[in-house]
Amino acid sequence: MTARKPEPSGSKGEARHAPAAPARRRFLARMAGTACGAALVGMGVGLYSRSAAPLAPHALRPPGALAEADFLSACVRCGLCVRDCPFDTLRLAELGDPAAPTGTPYFVAREIPCEMCDPIYCVEACPTEALDPALTDIDEARMGLAVVVDQETCLAFQGLRCEVCFNVCPVRGEAITLEQRHNLRTGQHSQFVPVVHSTACTGCGKCEHACITEEAAIKVLPLSLAKGGLGEHYRFGLDEKERAGESLLAPDEQHRYHLPEGVDYQLDDGGLMPRGEPPAEPYGDDALDTLNRGLESGDG
Amino acid sequence: MARQERPGRRMARERGWWPAHRFLVLRRLTQASVLGLFLLGPLAGWWIVKGNLASSLTLGVLPLSDPYLLVQSLAAGHAVGVTAWVGALIVLSAYLLLGGRVYCAWVCPINAVTDTAAWLRRRLGITHTAKFSRSTRYWLLAATLAMALVTGSLAWEWVNPVSIVFRSLVFGIGLAWGVIVAIFLFDLLVARRGWCSHLCPMGAFYSLPGHLALLRVNAGGRERCDDCMDCYAVCPEPQVISPALKPRDESASAVIRSAQCTNCARCIDVCSQDVFAFGSRFVATEPTRDRHKREIAP
Repeated sequence: MTARKPEPSGSKGEARHAPAAPARRRFLARMAGTACGAALVGMGVGLYSRSAAPLAPHALRPPGALAEADFLSACVRCGLCVRDCPFDTLRLAELGDPAAPTGTPYFVAREIPCEMCDPIYCVEACPTEALDPALTDIDEARMGLAVVVDQETCLAFQGLRCEVCFNVCPVRGEAITLEQRHNLRTGQHSQFVPVVHSTACTGCGKCEHACITEEAAIKVLPLSLAKGGLGEHYRFGLDEKERAGESLLAPDEQHRYHLPEGVDYQLDDGGLMPRGEPPAEPYGDDALDTLNRGLESGDG
Repeated sequence: MARQERPGRRMARERGWWPAHRFLVLRRLTQASVLGLFLLGPLAGWWIVKGNLASSLTLGVLPLSDPYLLVQSLAAGHAVGVTAWVGALIVLSAYLLLGGRVYCAWVCPINAVTDTAAWLRRRLGITHTAKFSRSTRYWLLAATLAMALVTGSLAWEWVNPVSIVFRSLVFGIGLAWGVIVAIFLFDLLVARRGWCSHLCPMGAFYSLPGHLALLRVNAGGRERCDDCMDCYAVCPEPQVISPALKPRDESASAVIRSAQCTNCARCIDVCSQDVFAFGSRFVATEPTRDRHKREIAP
C-alpha cells in the first residue's frame, strides 16, 4: 500500500492539514472497509434469511399465528408456546430442520395434531403477540385447511364406509360433512364422501392424523395452498339476490329455453305448465302425463 | 517468549488457587445456573423458568425478554407485545445497574467457548491473528437492524450463533454443535478474541447500556501496579484497561468507564498486586482484600 507523501510543511496553505492527512486517510479507508464488510455480511444474511428453509407445506403454525411474513417479524423464537402446549404438539425447528425457519414453532398434523385447547395456552403464552391474542375462541383458528387430496385412495370415494375423518373432527358435522353420491361403479350403491368446509375447518389436523390409509388421503394444507379466491369484483348472483330480496341485474322473468314444445315454466310454484288455456282439471303428479297434455294442446 | 509464567500463575502461587480464580468460577457457575434453570423444566419437570434467553417466564410471573431482539422486531415492523416490552425493560434496567456486557461475561453460553479458545491460544502459543477493527461489531449491529428493516423479518436470527446455541441447548441441539465448533476454531485459529470482542452484534448492543452502567471495575490500587501485564493478557477487551490503569494524567479516574468492558473481573482474579476491584461508576473504591497485611508483613 502506498500513501501519497505529505507535502513539505509550510508550503502554501496546506501546512496545517498535510501531516495529518495520511493518518486520516488510512483511518477513513479502514473504517470504510469495515463498514463495507459489515454491509456485505448483512446482505448475505438478509438474502439467506429470505431463501433458507421457508415453512414447508406440511408444517403448520400454532393457532392465531400471524400471516407468515408478519409472523417472522414478530416471533422471537423463545419457545414459550411450545412449553405451554399440553400435548407436545408444538416444537421449535432445530438448526438444520428443513420444515421451518430455525427456532420457530410448528407442528406436523400427521404426527401430533392440535387438540384445540380452550383456553388456548400457546396463544396466551406468546409474549410478542406473534400468536394473536385476539383469538380467544379456538373454533375461529385457521391453522390451515383440510383437503381431501387423494380421491383415488380415499376409501369413501371407493364406496366403502370409512368416515373416520368425519368422526374425529372436533367441529363435527360442520368442518367435514358426508355427502351422499351415487356410486357409478356399482350402479346401485351410495358413496358417503367427506367434504371439507373452510367456514368451519380450523386446520387442527385431527383428520389427517386419523386417516387410516398409509399415506393420508386428507391433509391439512396452508390456506394459501388450499384455498382459491373469487376476486374482489366477483359476486354470486344467487347470494346477492338472497341479500337484496330480489335479483339485482334483471327482473325475474319466465325463460323459454330448452323446454319441450308447448310447455312453459311458471316461476310461482307452478312448474311445468302447458302453454295456452288454463288447465281444465287439476293435474296429477305424473309429469309424463303433464307433458303429453301439453304436447296435445300445442299440436292443436 | 518474554513471559516466564502464564498469566494468573503468580497470583495463584502467592495467594492460592481460589483467590486467583474466584470470579472465573463464579461466572461459570452463573452461566451454568442460567442454562440449568432453563433445563430443569424439560429434564426434571420443574418449571421454574420457561422459554429461553429470547423471552422467558419465571415462576409464572416474571417476564424477561431480550431487548436486542425486540429492537430487531421493531425494525422489522412489529411493535406490539406488551409482555415482551415489559420483560425487555426489566432486562435493560438490570444491565443499566450491572453493566451492559455483564450479559456477555456472566450469562452468554458462547463466553465459555471463546474463553476456552483464548486460553488454549495462550497455552499453545498461537500468536498469529487476523486483524480487523473492534468497531466491526457496531457496523454489524447496524447491518442486522438494516436487514430487519429491509426484509421485514428477524433476519439475523437465522444465523445468530448466540441465540441459536442457547436455544439449541434448551430445545434440541440439531446442527448447533457445528456453530459452537466453528466459533471455537475461529477464535483459536483465525483471530484472537475474534467473535466476542470484534464481531458479535449482540455484545455490541449490550455495550450500549454499558455507557451508563453503575457497576464498574476500577484500578483503584494502580499505584501498586508492577507492570506484570497479566491483566492485559487475560482481558478480552484489553484496550479498556489503559485509560484507568495508566492514564496520562495521573489525577484521571481509575474507573474503567469503557462500555466494552464486560465486568468479567478476570483482571481482579489474576492481579497479585490487588490493583483492581468492583465499584460504582462514580467512585473508585480501594480494593479491600487482605493485601495490606501481606504488604506490611516482612
